[in-house]
Amino acid sequence: MSPANYDAVVAGGGIVGAACAHELVLSGMRVALVEPSVICGGATAAGMGHLAVMDDSEAQFALTRYSQLLWKELAQRLPVSAEYSASGAIWVAADAEEMAEVDRKHRFYSQRGVPAEILDAQELAEAEPNLRPGLAGGLLLPDDGLVYPPCAARFLMGEAVASGLQIYHGRRVVQVTGNGAQLDDDAFLSATFTVIATGAMAGKMFPAINVQPRKGHLLITDRYPGFLRRQLIELGYLKSAHSLDVDSVAFNVQPRLTGQLLIGSSRQYGSEDPAVDNHILQAMLQRAIEYMPGLAGLSAIRTWTGFRAATPDKLPLIGICPGYENVYLATGHEGLGISTSLATGKILVDQILNRESAISREPYLPERVYALHG
Amino acid sequence: MSIETSKAGIVIVGAGPAGIAAAVSAAACGKRVTILDDNPAEGGQIWRGGRAKASTAKAARWFAKLKNSGVTVHASSRLIDANSIACTLRVETANAALTIEYGELILATGARELFLPFPGWTLPNVMGAGGLQGLVKSGLPVKGKRVVVAGSGPLLMAVASQLRKHGAIVPMIVEQANLTSLARFGVSLGGHPGKLWQAITLKASLGSTSYMTGSWVKAAEGEDKVNRIQIQTGSKIRTVDCDYLAVAYGFTPNTELAQLLHCNMKNGFAAVDDYQRTSAQGIFCAGELTGLGGVDLSLVEGEIAGYAASGRDDLARKRFPVRERARQFADGLNRTFSLRPELRALPDSQTIVCRCEDVRYGTLRQADCWRAAKLHHRCGMGPCQGRICGPATQFIFGWKQESVRPPVFPARISSLVLESTYTIEEGVNK
Repeated sequence: MSPANYDAVVAGGGIVGAACAHELVLSGMRVALVEPSVICGGATAAGMGHLAVMDDSEAQFALTRYSQLLWKELAQRLPVSAEYSASGAIWVAADAEEMAEVDRKHRFYSQRGVPAEILDAQELAEAEPNLRPGLAGGLLLPDDGLVYPPCAARFLMGEAVASGLQIYHGRRVVQVTGNGAQLDDDAFLSATFTVIATGAMAGKMFPAINVQPRKGHLLITDRYPGFLRRQLIELGYLKSAHSLDVDSVAFNVQPRLTGQLLIGSSRQYGSEDPAVDNHILQAMLQRAIEYMPGLAGLSAIRTWTGFRAATPDKLPLIGICPGYENVYLATGHEGLGISTSLATGKILVDQILNRESAISREPYLPERVYALHG
Repeated sequence: MSIETSKAGIVIVGAGPAGIAAAVSAAACGKRVTILDDNPAEGGQIWRGGRAKASTAKAARWFAKLKNSGVTVHASSRLIDANSIACTLRVETANAALTIEYGELILATGARELFLPFPGWTLPNVMGAGGLQGLVKSGLPVKGKRVVVAGSGPLLMAVASQLRKHGAIVPMIVEQANLTSLARFGVSLGGHPGKLWQAITLKASLGSTSYMTGSWVKAAEGEDKVNRIQIQTGSKIRTVDCDYLAVAYGFTPNTELAQLLHCNMKNGFAAVDDYQRTSAQGIFCAGELTGLGGVDLSLVEGEIAGYAASGRDDLARKRFPVRERARQFADGLNRTFSLRPELRALPDSQTIVCRCEDVRYGTLRQADCWRAAKLHHRCGMGPCQGRICGPATQFIFGWKQESVRPPVFPARISSLVLESTYTIEEGVNK
């Protein structure tokens, strides 16, 4: 067989790779996707699947909101197995200081047309009776949604395959050039464009982009229908500086459609060992029990870890890879890869095809990371 | 050669025959010994119910030895996590959780029944052979009930015999192994007169129960519970009415804890040397999880592990010939009752394979490995964490299992939380 010819090759079969491949195929290109391991088996399988809107920066807001609306649109086609639900999320405020942040967030979202509702202490207690008494209130974001990421990503890939996407399963991209990708079995996929969507692994192939693995832990319980109604996240991060090198945990729980609860979350740098770290797991669970004492008595059935692709400025890298021609990056999504995957696919392909985008692409261009290095 | 033993003493996980023999041997060497077991009484699966319900003279003898040994037995204590660097075990009891340090660790976690899916296997009153035996022991009335015992292995005869004693009508035992391989095994029993005598007395107690060989249950049928089954022999199929179907295709080892402790595996079992040592420092394994072999092999492996863990390799060596003999017998047993490939084809596309998550065979056929089956179809994601469907899919599809993560068994979240000495900054997230 002669070297395979494509318009575009996507390295990485997680949700970001799936979204990019889906968009490329829709634009009429001949596309190949290369995944060395289980399809959607990396960070896509490890994450919570919270489809969040975030306000850390205008750029983060723009990408998360755009993507959230794309998810709403896609939801009409998603299969039941993707477990999509638009049940909303509540940011929980423990005290008056955090309530001030609730007010600020509420203004921020209201000004930008995102539904948001302030809950006082009593309304919060009524919304989620299993939270501990004495919390100050919260911010309800009704548009936040949930999805089971591996099945959602597989659906995108399935649609793309039906439109001609070729999947190279069990193969790894070892090198990219301006005109294609070299695989580990010596095959060369010639292509006009190459997209790198290998998550935390992207830093291995391109050390200069400074994408670091950031380890997270999650736990899932047996089924407790009704125990929790919405995704809950603490606002407590305000009390300490948001550090990029200190291990951290936060209260973050999510009700799955099965009635199971997902309990997170943790962030660690410097570990590439996928084993569960007991001290982190324990700290994470202690934090969760502080907010929701009833969790202590529930049955845990499984724990696992995953690696987010973290960047120095907490924004993803979407666009042309500096120093390369026709090589594009779609990585660095940290904890928001599921949320922002659909928007990533859109603006990446807009860029490749020189199309207008619904949001400004500039804040996500990888060249900024080089500027950061100074 | 002897090994250093630590002050923390010897901890044994599992109070079945291997664990009991290990405890008795180590205690005889003057060691401080603790046994942990998740059942309410010692005895494991085969001697379930403990001393009060000892079913054989051999069991009674070993229970007595254990009682006189001074060994501490913690029953109803489930192991949920382990750390081979800190040499600690995390144990959950009915209302507490504790951390136990070990000097040497002997894993005697045994085996569980192997269930293979076939149409109707999830109907009420279709049960594991050992499972039904346990229920009958604890009082389930079977008098006058028609119970078919099916699957593979010597357990079937023992179960049928016990059911008959409790008044059940057992029309037949359905054994998948061929008569020729059974006959070959029967002849080889001549070298093991004790076993031969056991087999003859067991056979005698089975009276009118027929022993069908080269046969298997093709399907179970019924509305709200099983009331009839199809038995296949070669290309012939016959239908038999029944109130219960007790079915198990032998056993699969409980290796989860050994894997969590990074012990090397070999062909699906914990790999051990002559002294029952694993690849992990200070950790020994004995009994079914090192290879299926029944009570006698488990007992002698337990003895050897108990002596070796106590630094008495000399005493351990004296038991080698006994173990060798038990192993030969076990090898013959495993050859005789090896599973026929036709059993892989029993499920149809609607047959549930993963009972926790209702995942059907037709769905699983689309997956190419265990991890894909889990992630994309939820197979093995329920409370049993693949303990039942994992070995079944291993047999049917040849899938390899994943690494083991805590908790080894479902555990209360509070049991996983310890005071943490690790410095963490709370609330720095998202």
